[in-house]
Amino acid sequence: MPMNSTSSVFLARSDLQLLIDRLAEQGFEVIGPTISQAAIVYDRIHSVSELPQGWTDRQAPGEYRLERREDDQLFGYVVGPHSWKRYLFPPLTTLTTADLTTNGWQMRAADDNPPKYAFLGVRACELAAIRVQDKVFLEGAYVDPTYQRRRQNAFIVAVNCTQAASTCFCTSMETGPRCRSGFDLALTELPDGFEVEVGTPAGEALLLQLPTTPIAEQQLTDAEQRRQQAVDQITRKMDTEGIRDLLLTQLNHPRWEEVGQRCLSCTNCTMVCPTCFCSSVEEVADLEGQHSERERRWDSCFNLDFSYVSGGPVRRDIRSRYRQWLTHKLASWIDQFGSSGCVGCGRCITWCPVGIDITEEVAALREVGHDNK
Amino acid sequence: MTTNKTNASGEPGGVSPRTMSENIVRGLTPSGSPAGQVVAEPWGYHTVRIHEITPEVADVATYHLGFDDSAVAVAYRFQPGQFNMLYLPGFGEVPISLSADPRSSTTWAHTVRAVGNVTQKLASSKVGDTLGLRGPFGSGWPLHTAEGHDVVIVAGGLGIAPLRPAIYELLRQKNRFRSLTLLYGSRTPETILFEHELPEWSQRGMTVQLTVDRADAAWSGSVGVVTLLLDRLSLNDPQQTSVFMCGPEVMMRFVGKSALARGIPESQLWLSMERNMQCAIGLCGHCQLGPTFICKDGPVYRHDHLAPFLNVEGL
Repeated sequence: MPMNSTSSVFLARSDLQLLIDRLAEQGFEVIGPTISQAAIVYDRIHSVSELPQGWTDRQAPGEYRLERREDDQLFGYVVGPHSWKRYLFPPLTTLTTADLTTNGWQMRAADDNPPKYAFLGVRACELAAIRVQDKVFLEGAYVDPTYQRRRQNAFIVAVNCTQAASTCFCTSMETGPRCRSGFDLALTELPDGFEVEVGTPAGEALLLQLPTTPIAEQQLTDAEQRRQQAVDQITRKMDTEGIRDLLLTQLNHPRWEEVGQRCLSCTNCTMVCPTCFCSSVEEVADLEGQHSERERRWDSCFNLDFSYVSGGPVRRDIRSRYRQWLTHKLASWIDQFGSSGCVGCGRCITWCPVGIDITEEVAALREVGHDNK
Repeated sequence: MTTNKTNASGEPGGVSPRTMSENIVRGLTPSGSPAGQVVAEPWGYHTVRIHEITPEVADVATYHLGFDDSAVAVAYRFQPGQFNMLYLPGFGEVPISLSADPRSSTTWAHTVRAVGNVTQKLASSKVGDTLGLRGPFGSGWPLHTAEGHDVVIVAGGLGIAPLRPAIYELLRQKNRFRSLTLLYGSRTPETILFEHELPEWSQRGMTVQLTVDRADAAWSGSVGVVTLLLDRLSLNDPQQTSVFMCGPEVMMRFVGKSALARGIPESQLWLSMERNMQCAIGLCGHCQLGPTFICKDGPVYRHDHLAPFLNVEGL
């Protein structure tokens, strides 16, 4: 639901704590940006003081550094290694338990009572990523109950980017930087507070409990300029024209070999990607053989045993594993879920130890003149 | 030479084919869903008990499983080519195709080669032991697309297991097809599966041709790969011929080539694929091949839907 500026209000910076408090009072576990191990990560927060006030991030291929800002903005950074997927699709989940009884093995679904999450600081590319995972986990032939239980109660406070990293390319993927849907409330940070937009009735209800004031014309202009600054700072591009057919007909392009030489197959890109959803299911048994559990953990198509079949792995070389990742993300994802699996957040570029840039790879794969038959 | 599905622990389990849900084929399964039957709780296991174990050939046995819950037993249905996930707590889970008559009985047959942790544990199980089962998953052989055709079944090794329910169904509805032929390749004469049933299948009107990779002194039949049987098969009318195949991927590649060379339309070639499968519901990502998830879009595919991806190494 597009919001026009007349429907937004102003929330003073000093009242942001009340937003967190109201959410907590309503039983939400509030997750927001904090600093840990020299990165901005999403963690449980209780107070505005835990936000990365006055910090920003500098990002480049294979590079991420926190730096001091000249001002004391709370959301003056872009995105870190975490995404909200770690809360909606936890890295480790017990799916089922099995107990040996006098009547043989009895299996049941594992207990799973996740908290009601409220996410504070969700960026436009991340809203898009949640939408992508909704399609994967909720809208196919099978619904994933773990994701569903977390997703259905989540309250989302989005934040519009007012700056971009060198690795951002959300404008190419048409996912940002402006938050347009998928949030309950959306904030744009101003020096002394926030322009607040309402996305849902739940957001509106919460907003009614906060001491907001009408927003001044000047503040609206300021907010718009700040959002435009993020747009203007985005320099990275990916040409997505016809990308599905392009990639699926370039399966023997020499570039795969070339990038396979550089890629370490470390799995970083898939771990930081906000849409990658692959997992493995493992057996965790007790020592007595009376009790056992099925555990699901994040997996990656870059792991050698990911494609293991009786004769050995199908994707034996890094070339074929990188090809699987890229063609899935940008091409076959469209067949499977009706949209690209890439939201242009740039995490895979930043967190690649050797700085492989997905946008460069696509550009290289576009180069014609190769015989791919 | 196994067409078992495989999980991450290196576990080929059973075999499996079925129709794919990929766009066009989705419409072919009567009930529309990928499996033809929606499994409400994808991680929900039923307790099953081993009612009978039939040793087949070396390392291969058929496990006849019955549901403890009689309501589940009554409701359970599968299409030829579909598979179940069999769960041995403490060891893990494997995808195994159903291998007997879909209209059979009170027990459900799974023909399994013992090759990994889970299947080896299964091989040491006894009648009366319990395990977990969820399924059926995937799509079945779209036999109705072959009505009026000469039907050729091509099986390699354990690949015959997921085809066996289709064979029963074809024999039962024999008058709806012009002819039925089974071309079956085995490594040696000792590893021919369901050998004792072959005479009955012949008697009921199916032409059965066998070949082995390595013969012994007693073998008087064909020697060589199963593709040769197809090359030599006299075809009534290639345009009205349907082929259902399951076996090692390399076998199916060559059977596909041979069938196309014989003038059989690609839209009438069906094959069952194998990849690592862990969830069986298209959510774990392991079994992808090109745009498809083999567990839910396959494992039975129409040849032309997979053709662009079959000949690329390491997809």
